[in-house]
Amino acid sequence: MSATKPRTLFDKIWDAHVVETLPDGTALLYIDRHLVHEVTSPQAFEGLRMAKRPVRRLDGTMAVVDHNIATDASRFTGIEDPESRLQVETLERNVAEFNVPYIPLADARQGIVHIIGPEQGLSLPGMTIVCGDSHTSTHGAMGALAFGIGTSEVEHVLATQTLLQKRAKNMRVTVEGPLPAGCTAKDIVLAIIGKIGTAGGNGHVIEYAGSTIRALDMAGRFSICNMSIEAGARAGMIAPDETTFEYVKGRPFAPKGEYFDRAVEWWKTLPTDEGAVFDKEVFLDAAEIVPMVSWGTSPEDVLPITGVVPNPEEAADEARRAQLRRMVEYMGLTPGQKLTELPVDVVFIGSCTNSRIEDIRAAAAIAKGRKVAEGVRAMVVPGSGLVKLQAEQEGLDAVFKEAGFEWREAGCSMCLGMNPDKLKPGQRCASTSNRNFEGRQGPGGRTHLCSPAMAAAAAITGKLTDVREIA
Amino acid sequence: MDAFTKLTGIAAPLPMANVDTDKIIPARFLKTIARTGLGKSLFANLRYKEDGSENPDFVLNQEPYRQAEILIAHENFGCGSSREHAPWALLDFGIRCVIAPDFADIFHNNSFKNGILPVRLPRAVCDQLMEDAKLGANARLTVDLERQVVVRPNGEEIPFEIDPLRRHLLLNGLDDIGQTLQQAPAIDGFEAKQRAAQPWLYR
Repeated sequence: MSATKPRTLFDKIWDAHVVETLPDGTALLYIDRHLVHEVTSPQAFEGLRMAKRPVRRLDGTMAVVDHNIATDASRFTGIEDPESRLQVETLERNVAEFNVPYIPLADARQGIVHIIGPEQGLSLPGMTIVCGDSHTSTHGAMGALAFGIGTSEVEHVLATQTLLQKRAKNMRVTVEGPLPAGCTAKDIVLAIIGKIGTAGGNGHVIEYAGSTIRALDMAGRFSICNMSIEAGARAGMIAPDETTFEYVKGRPFAPKGEYFDRAVEWWKTLPTDEGAVFDKEVFLDAAEIVPMVSWGTSPEDVLPITGVVPNPEEAADEARRAQLRRMVEYMGLTPGQKLTELPVDVVFIGSCTNSRIEDIRAAAAIAKGRKVAEGVRAMVVPGSGLVKLQAEQEGLDAVFKEAGFEWREAGCSMCLGMNPDKLKPGQRCASTSNRNFEGRQGPGGRTHLCSPAMAAAAAITGKLTDVREIA
Repeated sequence: MDAFTKLTGIAAPLPMANVDTDKIIPARFLKTIARTGLGKSLFANLRYKEDGSENPDFVLNQEPYRQAEILIAHENFGCGSSREHAPWALLDFGIRCVIAPDFADIFHNNSFKNGILPVRLPRAVCDQLMEDAKLGANARLTVDLERQVVVRPNGEEIPFEIDPLRRHLLLNGLDDIGQTLQQAPAIDGFEAKQRAAQPWLYR
């Protein structure tokens, strides 16, 4: 490759990690960081054991439990559900047998894998990062190439520290201008998915660029890259800059002293070169963004909170009409109904999308001095034990408890319905998580995705609410 | 992994777009530490009613589709999570091939690793195959990976594209870890260079 050809952020990280290129163009890609959790790893370790293969880079691997665990005090007395317990115990047995570094449940650093990677400095700019979880795209906010893999690939990385990969295409989503009042990074990414659809990024890596993205703090950048997979892209990225370097500095696993300076020097060469060509470009004017909420059962079915439930009969073709009819029925809606008239039963503030200290603060700002509406169950689940501690030092736990919110322990919680935190059939939930698929938060549960401030506002009024009217 | 060469079987029509991984296998069934046994939970939220009984309206609860080995669907099949439990559940049920206009990337990858062939064909062709599939046992489809064609019940052959390396691995049922480990010297070399340039990545 010519050294003068302008390259994208993705190109540069990719090129720096190609071990070999096979005759058909498939690359053997080196993986710097492998994060492991209990749900997608048991069969991978079993494969290693059967083939008598060791883990190649113990110092490139970190394991944690997050998906299965309870987020109340019961977690300290053992996991009730026998299958969940078996999965957690299996991970503990595997990390002991293979000597894999592990953050156990009782450790204050425990939390959602996509929160603790960056928090511990395990995820760094310029790295290739994988995990057996599609929301690994989150770590791309550091200026890394991070993507989710299946269990066979988990085993492949454990054994070889590499993956066989076809190079993805380059896509850039540019957002320009100041973000209007009441809007957050979550509203930006929901607006992007609404615009390009859940398959809009298939086969591509998305780079988010533009002045709106540049102005975001790391928490906002994580929220955006997190939902790249909901737009169909395996990875989302944001060029590393001073905001990134400032965030990384001093983290436990981050380079220190002279190494840090050398690392920053390299990281500064990573942003996309002027003139680099993207296979697909999308532009958004930040001025057009309003607080968003999902109404249907796919993340592309989002609307401004000021909108009304669409009429399926107005869709262009029969397949889409049928799809919309099913969504309206499943979600228990009436076409034409105002979104702000929808009463909620549950409010969930948490998940790898929105459980960082900044998210908790945004929700607390709405909750402060107010009360959760009668009949609403509202829960706040910090992304890690350290986020929880930080929030408690700032007195935010007291704000939530005073307002009637549950203040819980760190974990994936109600994002995905595989631990005790689940919706009951028919329950409607304002949720800061990332997926509104049928049954995602529990069979028959109805999910409305939104920002932490919007979720907190819904808890206070008891229905989906335009945060601009309460803040 | 079982090799995939040529498959003749019943195709089940699933005329839905964005069939996500929570539909294919809801998260509450991911608590297994084995690869097998997930077939009964395939499409659980669509296949069973709240009381656990079968939903007779769902295609895989109808004859002859209980024996389906091929699934025909609409756009963006397998979107959502990275869970390999999705192909494991399909495989355990007996599905070895999914035909759709396109697939979500991670699901597409995961399928190949488990001997399931995802075939991309234009929407209009999928719609034709969907009509064939509705004829049930009278309309078996053949998927021939060697010749890269889908054969309709009327004998018409529809060619499809596939990555040559993946085709090779699937035809021979090869484990790609063994293959990659043959490149160990190249991986050692990469690590030595990276360690010199970025020592902070190594502990």
